[in-house]
This record gives sequence, structure tokens and C-alpha cells, in this order.
Amino acid sequence: MARLNPVRQQALSVSLATGAYAISFGALAVAAGLDVWQTMALSLLVFSGGSQFAFVGVLGAGGTAAAAVATSTFLGLRNGFYGVGLAPVLRPMRGWRRAGAAQVTIDESTAVALAQPAEDVAARRQGFWWTGIGVFVAWNAITVVGALAGQQIGDPATWGLDAAAAAAFLGLVWPRLASRSAQWVAAGAAVLALALTPVSPAGVPILAAAVVAVVAGWPAPRTRAEVPA
Amino acid sequence: MSPYMWMWVAIVVAGVLAWATKYIGHVVPQEVLDHPRVQRIAAYITVALLAALAAVQTFTTGQALVIDARVAAIAVAAIALALRAPFIVVVALAAAVAAGLRALGWG
Repeated sequence: MARLNPVRQQALSVSLATGAYAISFGALAVAAGLDVWQTMALSLLVFSGGSQFAFVGVLGAGGTAAAAVATSTFLGLRNGFYGVGLAPVLRPMRGWRRAGAAQVTIDESTAVALAQPAEDVAARRQGFWWTGIGVFVAWNAITVVGALAGQQIGDPATWGLDAAAAAAFLGLVWPRLASRSAQWVAAGAAVLALALTPVSPAGVPILAAAVVAVVAGWPAPRTRAEVPA
Repeated sequence: MSPYMWMWVAIVVAGVLAWATKYIGHVVPQEVLDHPRVQRIAAYITVALLAALAAVQTFTTGQALVIDARVAAIAVAAIALALRAPFIVVVALAAAVAAGLRALGWG
């Protein structure tokens, strides 16, 4: 460990902590009806926890594959903004390097990169790459473990896996609820989705909740505190 | 095509769209996504979709609204999150609560 500077240590601990919950993703994906190969492909190709949980969550609730793709993509939109935020750290980039950077542009790699001092671009760049690649390796390896475990356990409800999925979404949204306005958006989205569930096809209530985000985000905030983190 | 093959198509399409979303952020001129309204809505979309997913996963079975062991599990998860428990602990606790209640014959 002597050669690990503080940035790499941080990247490594974030990678392990994040990778660990791929075990719940793997198990939930199999419980939702995917096989082990499909579960692995989701982690390799989509590689964004929220989008992946959403994909299998919509399927598990009886939604169509198209609704699963749409929900997963909407949840991944924030990753597009991370690339913009990382521009001063990573640009200029070309070719395969840029394609690879895109694949590992996620919550964690962005957070570790931007947690380093703004004037230390080298540390920020190192934080991005070490965390991005570290999470990618851990996440994909542990997805396999979760999927194989998921195959062995029979009825997922007996093990509380449906409740685990609910808790996973709550855990993902929790750190984003710091502002009062974000709390209102979350409450409004939850109520709207539940109200639409009995009267619309599976998957639609969740997509409809995005309307709450547009309505809430359209007007300029009156105070600084209302700007979402 | 069989439903199994369609699922593969969906997975690959979701993967391509996820990558393209990330890639666009690295190639667009910075001003384009810098607009405050665009950033606000994007941040709220993440919150809204995750909250809707949590609610639907907790309170519905098919098209029916139901109260069962998942509600107790999500309450325990919320308490654990408020106490700053790690993500994996929160998820495991929720599963344990639901599994325990069902083993006792409720929900």
C-alpha cells in the first residue's frame, strides 16, 4: 500500500464500496427474469447503477422492455452533465481515450475527481480514471456473484429481494434530497406514480413522474437554497 | 423474434443510449449544457424517477396498490439511511425485515 497516494486510496475505497452493491443488482436482475449473461451485459454496457436498477425494476413490475429502456435512459441523463463538468479536467481528449472516459463517467468517478482541489488538475484526472476503472472492474465482477447467487434462491420474495429493490431506490435518491425543493419533487413524483399505477400500463407511472421534474425545474428558483445539488 | 431475443435487443439499446448520453457530455461545447434551467430539470429528473421507482417498488403489485412487508422494510431502510448506514447495509436490512416478516406469516 506504500505506493498508494491519497487520491488512489480514495478511488480504491469508493470502488470497493460501490462494487459491493452490485451483488444486490445481480440478484435482483435474475429475480426480474434475466439470465446471468443478460445481467452481466447490463453491467458492462449500461454501467450506471441507477439506470440498471431501474431497468430491472420496470421489468420486475411487469413493464415492457421499451419502458425499461426509456426509464434507464432518462435516469442516465445526469451522466451527460458530468462530462461537461469534467471538461476542464479531462479535455482535450480524442478517440478511444474519450470513448473509454465516457463509459466510466458515472456518479462516483465524477465525485472523486471533483473532490480534489480545483488547482490540482493532475489529482482530479487521477481521481476520475482510478475511480472509474476501479468501479467498472469491481461492479462487473461482483454482478456475476450476485447473478449466480440469485439463480440459487428460488422465490425472490421469500428472501425479501423485492423490498431490497425498494430500499436500493431509496438509498440512491437519499443523498439528492438535501434541498426542500428536491424533497417536494420526490414526494410529488412518488404520489403521481402511485396514483397512475392502477390506471396505466406498468412502466408508464415512473416515466410520467419525469413531468414533475420539468414543472419544478422550469421556473427560476426564488432563493439560492432551492437550486438542486 | 422470441421474447428472449427482444430482451437482448433492449439491453444492447439501453447500453448504447447510456454510453451515448455520457459521450455527448464530453464532446458538446460547454455552453450548451450550462443553461441553469436545463441543469435544474436534469437534476430533478434523477430525483423524480428514483422516488417514483422507490414508491412503485414499495406499494404496488402489478396494477394494485398494496400494503405488505415491504412497507415495514422501507421504513427500516429510511431509518438506517438517516443514521448514515452504508448503502449495502441499508439494502440488506430491508431484505432481512421483509424476509423475517414473511417467515412469520405476514405480508
